[in-house]
Amino acid sequence: MAMGMTTQSQTQFHVLAVDDSLIDRKLIEKILKTSSYQVTAVDSGSKALEFLGLNDENIDNEDEDEDDQQVGVNLIVTDYCMPGMTGYDLLRRIKQSSSSKDIPVVIMSSENIPSRINRCLEDGAEDFFLKPVQLSDVNKLRPHLMKGIGSEETQSNINKRKSMEDIHPPDRTRARYNELEVV
Amino acid sequence: MDLVQLQRQLVDYKTSLYNEGFLDEQFTQLQELQDENNPDFVVEVVSLFFEDSERLLNELTKALEQQSVDFKRVDAHVHQLKGSSSSIGAQRVQKVCIAFRNYCEEQNIEGCVKCLQQVRHEYSLVKTKLESMFQLQQQILSAGGSIPM
Repeated sequence: MAMGMTTQSQTQFHVLAVDDSLIDRKLIEKILKTSSYQVTAVDSGSKALEFLGLNDENIDNEDEDEDDQQVGVNLIVTDYCMPGMTGYDLLRRIKQSSSSKDIPVVIMSSENIPSRINRCLEDGAEDFFLKPVQLSDVNKLRPHLMKGIGSEETQSNINKRKSMEDIHPPDRTRARYNELEVV
Repeated sequence: MDLVQLQRQLVDYKTSLYNEGFLDEQFTQLQELQDENNPDFVVEVVSLFFEDSERLLNELTKALEQQSVDFKRVDAHVHQLKGSSSSIGAQRVQKVCIAFRNYCEEQNIEGCVKCLQQVRHEYSLVKTKLESMFQLQQQILSAGGSIPM
């Protein structure tokens, strides 16, 4: 995965945060910055795709050149309920493109709906946070980021607050990164 | 009132806000995020909440005044209000929003109108209390003291 490698030697990860709520955007940005992440916050899925260099005209960006993406993104954190493109739609689009499919995606939602959470994880989300998101949730993200830049040995615990542990076997999403994504 | 008295008053006031359910854990989280780099973080977020809530309350009023109420639209606004109140720890506002959403689902106009009144009331209470708290904090800072957490 090209993008991650350029920042591997630096400890500052770049997170793209997506949320239509201004308050939640401000919150997640502060939480991420407090955890020493570099943050870009946008208010919609389409703006996120734009930032990632993906857009309606070229869904699958064949060109893997690092320069295509001006700034490397190590993690995407997105709200689920957004007008227009939901966080789930965004997740799908990210996973469909060769230039972005390896970026870990975390979904946030104010609603604890197991079928929703399940679907997101099945379709490639790394993790799912219940809102309001807290500093402790973000602290659990480090292993996901290490994985994102190719560290195979890192244990990946699926950390979902409240009621999801019994539904998801721990190894499932780690395996995904070694498989080819069938679109 | 001297500095120590002001600080004591602030602590007591904050404690009462938690005890009476106006604020919850999430507000504490907000305060913990505030630091020297962002000394006004809590005030900024709360101000955003005030602006956003006022907008949503107006939208809700309009939506419920329609001849034919669009419950999906009403629900969408309440969902937003529920989210933002939850994000800042305004627990009583959040609770009314939960009841409000149930009435939306049932398409119960009376229930919705009642909830709107209730949520306006709770919002106005928490706004007044937070503003008083911020004023007290400002007095302490102006007197050269620090905010007890």
